[in-house]
Amino acid sequence: MRNFGKWGLGTVLMAGCSWAFAAAERAPWQLNMHPGVTQTSHEAYQLHMLSLWICAVIGLIVFGAMFIAMFKFRKSKGAVAATWSHNTVAETIWTIVPILILVVMAYPATKVLISEAYTNESQMTVKVTGYQWKWGYDYVNWGDKPYHVRFISKLAGDSDRTRQLRSGLDPNSVKNAQGENTYLLDVDKPLVLPTNTKVRFVITGDDVIHSWWVPALGWKSDAIPGIINDTWTNISEPGIYRGQCAELCGQDHGFMPIVVKAVPPEEFKAWLDQQEAAQNPSATPAAAPVAQQTPTAAPSNG
Amino acid sequence: MANTAAHADDHAHDDHDHKPEGFLDRWLFTTNHKDIGTLYLIFAFTMACIGAAMSVVIRAELAAPGLQHVQPYFFNQMTTLHALVMIFGAVMPAFVGLANWMIPLQIGAPDMALPRMNNWSFWIMPFAFLMLLGTLFMPGGGPAGGWTMYPPLALQGGASVAFMVFAVHMMGISSIMGAINIIATILNLRAPGVDLLKMPLFTWTWLITAFLLIAVMPVLAGAVTMLLTDKFFGTSFFNAAGGGDPVMFQHIFWFFGHPEVYIMILPAFGIVSEIIPTFSRKPLFGYQAMVYAVASIAFLSFIVWAHHMFTVGMPLGGELFFMYSTMLIAIPTGVKVFNWVSTMWKGSMTFETPMLWAIGFVILFTIGGFSGLMLAIVPADFQYHDTYFVVAHFHYVLVTGAIFSIIAAIYYWWPKWTGRMVNETWGKFHFWWTMVFVNLTFFPQHFLGLAGMPRRIPDYNVAFADWNLVSSIGAFGMFLTPFMMIAIFAMSKKSGAIAPQRPWEGAHGLEWEVPSPAPHHTFTTPPVIKPGMLAHGDVSH
Repeated sequence: MRNFGKWGLGTVLMAGCSWAFAAAERAPWQLNMHPGVTQTSHEAYQLHMLSLWICAVIGLIVFGAMFIAMFKFRKSKGAVAATWSHNTVAETIWTIVPILILVVMAYPATKVLISEAYTNESQMTVKVTGYQWKWGYDYVNWGDKPYHVRFISKLAGDSDRTRQLRSGLDPNSVKNAQGENTYLLDVDKPLVLPTNTKVRFVITGDDVIHSWWVPALGWKSDAIPGIINDTWTNISEPGIYRGQCAELCGQDHGFMPIVVKAVPPEEFKAWLDQQEAAQNPSATPAAAPVAQQTPTAAPSNG
Repeated sequence: MANTAAHADDHAHDDHDHKPEGFLDRWLFTTNHKDIGTLYLIFAFTMACIGAAMSVVIRAELAAPGLQHVQPYFFNQMTTLHALVMIFGAVMPAFVGLANWMIPLQIGAPDMALPRMNNWSFWIMPFAFLMLLGTLFMPGGGPAGGWTMYPPLALQGGASVAFMVFAVHMMGISSIMGAINIIATILNLRAPGVDLLKMPLFTWTWLITAFLLIAVMPVLAGAVTMLLTDKFFGTSFFNAAGGGDPVMFQHIFWFFGHPEVYIMILPAFGIVSEIIPTFSRKPLFGYQAMVYAVASIAFLSFIVWAHHMFTVGMPLGGELFFMYSTMLIAIPTGVKVFNWVSTMWKGSMTFETPMLWAIGFVILFTIGGFSGLMLAIVPADFQYHDTYFVVAHFHYVLVTGAIFSIIAAIYYWWPKWTGRMVNETWGKFHFWWTMVFVNLTFFPQHFLGLAGMPRRIPDYNVAFADWNLVSSIGAFGMFLTPFMMIAIFAMSKKSGAIAPQRPWEGAHGLEWEVPSPAPHHTFTTPPVIKPGMLAHGDVSH
């Protein structure tokens, strides 16, 4: 947001229209993008609103001129056609002015893009792997300390039963404890992340190309076999943020959601240590709860 | 739309057409540009109906949350084939059909330069699509990896991969031959006096489009051939485990794919640039600027391809380059829209059916252009990419852009083709019906995309249900329009008013200098151009 502080047009326009659009994430009859919970998503939202309003104003002028022409210059109203077909001044203006408008759009977009590309200085790294049709998460480090926490996250059971062809189950009745409909947007095990922490993601695919997308974080990044993409986020408020795979990856492409559970850093650290102890009891013998040993879930990759 | 009925019309201009007598001689062995144009248009219309039927399957499944009708894998076959059929089977052949019919008439040529090759270009197409659509009836079904055929997913298909690749090869051969023919015709067969910068815009846009086709269809052929060898012969062009790169396919594909987008819209610009001056009774504003704008768009189309793949993880410099180059396209495109509006300004307008479609094109295509500009902004594209916002965008430019222009062209030139007028009331009804339902179909898809609905999914969360239902209702309404078209044009063919040589008061150009219906052979001797005969004979503008 700070990128725009001194450059108020986007903010003014945004304020002017915010009444028109509901603020909830994925609401029925939703019209507009949600501003999200990261700097990146706010910037994406502002650039979106800026370009939307620029287009709306240009559209108003162009379509307005068309409609005036259509009503004024009708043969049935006795309009006689002019014979001119050229006007250097007008043509110069409508070549130059759009260039200036494009610069107005490109300048903030460039600044945002540069800041988004900067993945250094992160406090932790999560490796995301796309599989047909689930996501794998590896917690690689927290600060200087390496971790080997790994799990698979896939579509929650109630959604999975309901989504079968002619299952007879009602998608409207797939709800979580808070009464929120989570049909196709819930997983068995969410990706837990700390708030107010720069988290770096390294993203890859195991079989085909997937794309990891949580709209509230403001970006998507393709998960491509043989290629590692890196990106980052910094979530400002705790909460549950849902997303979906955004690259066609086969028959169950629509059924591999993403759920991010953002918690305060202390809570996250406690959770991570607990997971580490559960998955790698030999590495941290003191903290290992005996009941949760799962020998298969401890690959030693980083 | 068949042109088969014998011309029993008692026209004053009766002529000896020398049409071949037998059905096979007339249609299978034809070398006549008009008959081949008709064949292309009938083929395109058939394919459009098949593609539309697939979209109805898609929209029926998406009408409500939960899977009601088809399995997800079949849904993916539908989305894949819908795109391939509509792009390569409907829109492109329709434009080639219009080019066959109109370019020789517009430049005063007796036929296309290479008539036998013209026959071959057409007759490859039905076989290509038999192969492609035949995969639906094979074990494993049709291709389901998206029309973009991204590996590794596309390679997970079975035998359909090979059939799809060979079908694409054949379409490519057809397109390249068609393009060669159009270039050869325009550069060699113009009547004396029809200078390049006096040609009608439709001919101009096709000349440029033909060069785009020649440049990029071989690139597509190369890309799919590499898919074929990766799948069946153990190569690793796109297989990371063998040292290949899946992203390389996307670069090659979109180096074809972006110019392809303009292949489908430049002739539309040409058509609209013919129709708007006619019904404004005023010369096209900025004729030369229009030609240069089309040429610049064509050039830019080669350096913007990676805006289809902003999320693959390109370096910052690459993302910035493709963002800037993509935004630049707004300049020449803006010039075109402003010039169309200026052509209307201080005109003397009437609103016959072709004009309605042309105005609908300008407004709705511009909306598609706006969303295109928004998609160019990379940080915002990280949200838009692969959502229904993109689906809405490209249907605005392809349906209300390309297909609106094709329908406009059919209404516009139909009297010249058949000698019959179309019923204006029904034509206008067709237009307004389409306007309502096409917007009902595609406008809510903007909202769905912005709300976070990915594209190419068969099922969705209940929050997306309402707009999806609206969109599906729109699609069902749209599905009636092809049948409406058949009825309207059959009615015209059977009992429409007899068309005069110049059915539209403000129409200029050589095609209006021949009788209606255009005789089987026209301009067997080059026409002598008189002042005022050409729409753009006055080169000062």
